[in-house]
Amino acid sequence: MSERPDAIVSIRNLSKSYRRGNQVLPVLTGISFDIARGEFVALMGPSGSGKSTLLNLIAGIDSADSGSIKVAGVEITGLSENELARWRAHSVGFIFQFYNLIPVLTAFENVELPLLLTSLSRRERREHVEAVLSVVGLADRMDHYPSQLSGGQQQRVAIARAVVTDPEILVADEPTGDLDRASAEEILRLMDRLVHELGKTIIMVTHDPRAAEKAHLIRHLEKGELSES
Amino acid sequence: MGIPYSYSLRNLWTRRLTTVLTASGMGLVVFVFAATLMLAEGLQQTLVQTGSADNVVIIRKASNSEVQSGVERDQAALIESQPEVAIGADGNELLAKELVVLINLKKRGTDKPANVVIRGIAAASLALRPAVHLKVGRLPRPGSAEVIAGESIARRFKGCGLGETLRFGMRDWRVVGIFDAGSTGFSSEIWGDCDQMMQAFRRQVYSSVLFRMKDPGRFDPFKARIESDPRLTVEAKRETRYYLDQSEAMANFLRILGMVLTVVFSIGAVIGATITMYAAVANRVGEIGTLRALGFQRASILGAFLIEALLLGLCGGVLGVVAASFLQLITISTMNWASFSELAFSFTLTFGIFWKSLAFSLVMGFIGGMLPAVRAARLSIVTALRES
Repeated sequence: MSERPDAIVSIRNLSKSYRRGNQVLPVLTGISFDIARGEFVALMGPSGSGKSTLLNLIAGIDSADSGSIKVAGVEITGLSENELARWRAHSVGFIFQFYNLIPVLTAFENVELPLLLTSLSRRERREHVEAVLSVVGLADRMDHYPSQLSGGQQQRVAIARAVVTDPEILVADEPTGDLDRASAEEILRLMDRLVHELGKTIIMVTHDPRAAEKAHLIRHLEKGELSES
Repeated sequence: MGIPYSYSLRNLWTRRLTTVLTASGMGLVVFVFAATLMLAEGLQQTLVQTGSADNVVIIRKASNSEVQSGVERDQAALIESQPEVAIGADGNELLAKELVVLINLKKRGTDKPANVVIRGIAAASLALRPAVHLKVGRLPRPGSAEVIAGESIARRFKGCGLGETLRFGMRDWRVVGIFDAGSTGFSSEIWGDCDQMMQAFRRQVYSSVLFRMKDPGRFDPFKARIESDPRLTVEAKRETRYYLDQSEAMANFLRILGMVLTVVFSIGAVIGATITMYAAVANRVGEIGTLRALGFQRASILGAFLIEALLLGLCGGVLGVVAASFLQLITISTMNWASFSELAFSFTLTFGIFWKSLAFSLVMGFIGGMLPAVRAARLSIVTALRES
């Protein structure tokens, strides 16, 4: 399978298995596919199908048994742990099901966190944070702690944190899984805007068919194998 | 740049109750640590204040205290003729050849015997010790069987009150005066004419020679000359140094006792801190996974939790030192083991003790936080995120 010229993520023969006691449980078996720059991809499939594992591998927080993962030209399967951490800091934005904001930090400080790993000055960091918080419509909530925000607002802060470093890809694991219908809609519209207006690439794992509708492309994982729909 | 310090600080603040309880445990240990050091320091400062920096004590070589020392009459005369000896207003040398003897006296009320220092004094003895003042009565007449007693002796021992009669050295001695020596060791002594004492106790030699230096800056050459003089078998010490040496054994004993106690106690406090920090790590597994996913290295996580533990230790240290500083209001009286007489002193907080106590609390925090911080840093990102 040859690489698409516009591919930002390119996966070849990716395999991953987990060991439970003496048993080896294969999760992904030789998967290959590409994701084009600016695409919004939904990964669907039943529980245990390996979609979260695939997402973790692309995001560089888990390691594959074999195969290759290239993100924006960088082969990440060969990177050391510290190299991976540095790579994640500027190349990947994370959006989690339960927002994963740091409770003791304000919205501003949460969004600023990934920028602490860059060489930006304090003033530049402030400008970046204020800019992304206004994109997600929370410029007036900067000094609020996560516990003072609603679920939807917390997820918007988390999205601001994910995009503040202008990463190559955004990975989202069930981003609407913990939200009511209205908030979920709001989050999906925001993600849609990120793709269309800012040209971001999003890879999203979801069970929610309405979330998947927003995606350009839905890929189904079943028993470690991938199919397109 | 790592995880901001405010992250560690605010997490301590978020679980204030646990923080305060754990810090109190550490604070208690720091309190004991600081208290024993303050006790040793107070003891030493009191004894050093007993001496004056301008005065020189001459004792026999290798004797630690006046009680064990003996200075021959001809040697004492030789020292008296040294040019360094200051001359008083009356034209005589500011020098006193003294005798120190320990005797047994019965305490008032209980009849229990205890050791009391008898000092045979010369004319200059009082002038050489500015801390000593005659409170009531008069000085003993030279050549008579009269004594004056230190205030705490007069109060606590039979026959030592003003106008009373004491029997020692096979003679009766009348107490004609009471002197006050502040918080120095002299307030636990009985003073009388040196020559009379030497006859009574059948002593041929003095115990020590005390004199004021004309120029205190010339002590070192004087000491070198005296100690290399083949006619003399004596040792010269500044009076302050003499009392410092006397207090050394007791102060060291207190310090070692304090160290042993606090090291044992600190094991408990460190375990407390470890449990607290393990709980903190367990409660924040998801956060740790998130921070790692965002790109923070294992070392940053380790650092954030260690800083949290160090801050926890510092809280304990501050609590302990503040509590210990109130001890300065207390005065303690105990046996002076060097002369076996009573000595009153208070806890003394110095900057050295302050810093040592804070450093000690930081060390406890560090040791207590190490294992939990390593655990936090070693978590796998995927496992940590799944557990959140």
